[in-house]
Amino acid sequence: MAVAGVRHLEHNLLVYRRTWRGSAFSTVLSPILFLSAMGVALGSFVPNMTAFGGVPYIVFLAPGLLAAQALQTATLESSWPLLAGFRWLKTFEATIATPQSPRDIVLGHLYWQFVRVGIVTGVFLIVMVVFGAVTSPTALLAWPAAILTGVAFGMPLAAFTATQKTENSFPVIFRFVVTPMFLFSGTFFPISQLPDVIEPIAWLTPLFHGVALTRGLALGHGVDPLALAIHAAVLVGLTVVGTVLAFVTFRRRLVV
Amino acid sequence: MPAAVTEPLIRARNLTKSFGALTAVDGIDFDVAPGEAFGFLGPNGAGKTSTMRMIACISPRTDGELRVLDMDPHADGHRIRARLGVVPQQDTLDTELTVYENLLIYGRYFDMPYREIKPRADELLDFVQLLERRNDLVEPLSGGMKRRLTIARGLINEPDLLLLDEPTTGLDPQARHLVWDRLYRLKQRGVTLVLTTHYMDEAEQLCDRLVVMDKAKIVAEGSPRQLIERYATREVLELRFPVGVQETLDGQLDGLGERVEHLPDRVLVYARDGEAAAVAAHDRGLRPESVLVRRSSLEDVFLRLTGRSLIE
Repeated sequence: MAVAGVRHLEHNLLVYRRTWRGSAFSTVLSPILFLSAMGVALGSFVPNMTAFGGVPYIVFLAPGLLAAQALQTATLESSWPLLAGFRWLKTFEATIATPQSPRDIVLGHLYWQFVRVGIVTGVFLIVMVVFGAVTSPTALLAWPAAILTGVAFGMPLAAFTATQKTENSFPVIFRFVVTPMFLFSGTFFPISQLPDVIEPIAWLTPLFHGVALTRGLALGHGVDPLALAIHAAVLVGLTVVGTVLAFVTFRRRLVV
Repeated sequence: MPAAVTEPLIRARNLTKSFGALTAVDGIDFDVAPGEAFGFLGPNGAGKTSTMRMIACISPRTDGELRVLDMDPHADGHRIRARLGVVPQQDTLDTELTVYENLLIYGRYFDMPYREIKPRADELLDFVQLLERRNDLVEPLSGGMKRRLTIARGLINEPDLLLLDEPTTGLDPQARHLVWDRLYRLKQRGVTLVLTTHYMDEAEQLCDRLVVMDKAKIVAEGSPRQLIERYATREVLELRFPVGVQETLDGQLDGLGERVEHLPDRVLVYARDGEAAAVAAHDRGLRPESVLVRRSSLEDVFLRLTGRSLIE
């Protein structure tokens, strides 16, 4: 017996071997566009400010974008492709007709998120180095932090997707959850700039914790280790809760 | 020497499946013996697929007893599934992968090592006549080819029991005959087949024994021959009348055969000797547009049992 979930990961890797070319271009292009437009061009107007950690704006911005990119990648992986397995291709039905269980599919998806988000953020980190947006060797630790950010949103979303009959809710999630998080969770400016009423809401989002953890590790100085530990704990907690919820919703969807 | 007593591969007693207020399967009993080709025949919505899903251990029963391969699906679902082959109604193939990769990953789901899967997959592709499409993507394949690939996929683990849910629905006649031929060969090799169908000819072609399901219950059981003998006559006389005439016949056909069935477009006279019944009808002065004498089929059995034709 293989480790639970490994077979479904194998499946996704087999599919990825066929389809990776389709996403490779945007994986490389996206960080180049964002870092040149917002980091280099816009950043040249932004003076070194203590609000931005006393570093050039691109150095402040890049880890935020890294975490946000991780979250977007995980969102894409946990929405349409999962619904295809449940509904359009019904491949999950074929999977559970074997010794595999809904639980194996959930765990396989979890592992797959680490791989897929890991690839996207790994490329992103290399582009950051090229742009001179990395100043500390601790930035290597920002990589797993960004991956964790994506998974912490991807797994609860996967649990939600298993309850959906149609894809209608996905554009809504992108427009009203992912995009506002992207704009207001500290990616572009510290959330202390937000009105005091809004600030606590930012605290509730996974991206706020993800950006804070990723940026703290990327900058590698002037950060409170306890704060980082709390951010990491929130992200791990969301991942665990999302995975357990997905065990329930995947089973309810598939075993009827 | 007495014949060895063989335990049934599947044994169901009072098997029941409910979805809320809807009872999809209502207390059915059946046994499937090793090496047998067993069929569930019935119209859409009769409960065939729900029954198959319970046997496949992907749908828990609501009530009753079910044993598959002498195990309980509740407790040993994953051990049972390891020895089953499943061909679902919808092909559920991975369209992003090639023909061969679909078999490869399915073998992996059964924890088979690559060195075992590779020769097995090629052997199966040869068996379902898809070897020359081995490295093509699944998507452009025809419906019949996808069906055959799904059957090959269901055989990757050399199952003790192959479950087929409407194996030829939606296929053109040529593709259907090819599937039948492959299933017949499996049967010859001793693979136990359980299939659902709403095609009478399919049940007659493939099944040693079958149950007729209607409205969640089993309404008859036997071999195709037995069912025809019990619920129909040897021959059927089909009479088609000019438009409007059938409604005015009113008793003129009584006694021509053992039973007379009025369908919207024709009249069926169940008789041992169809030719004699046709002559008798002519003697009574009846002038139908067309006269056809044929052997009776499971379609007639179903009509007799339920008062409805099978495909409406």
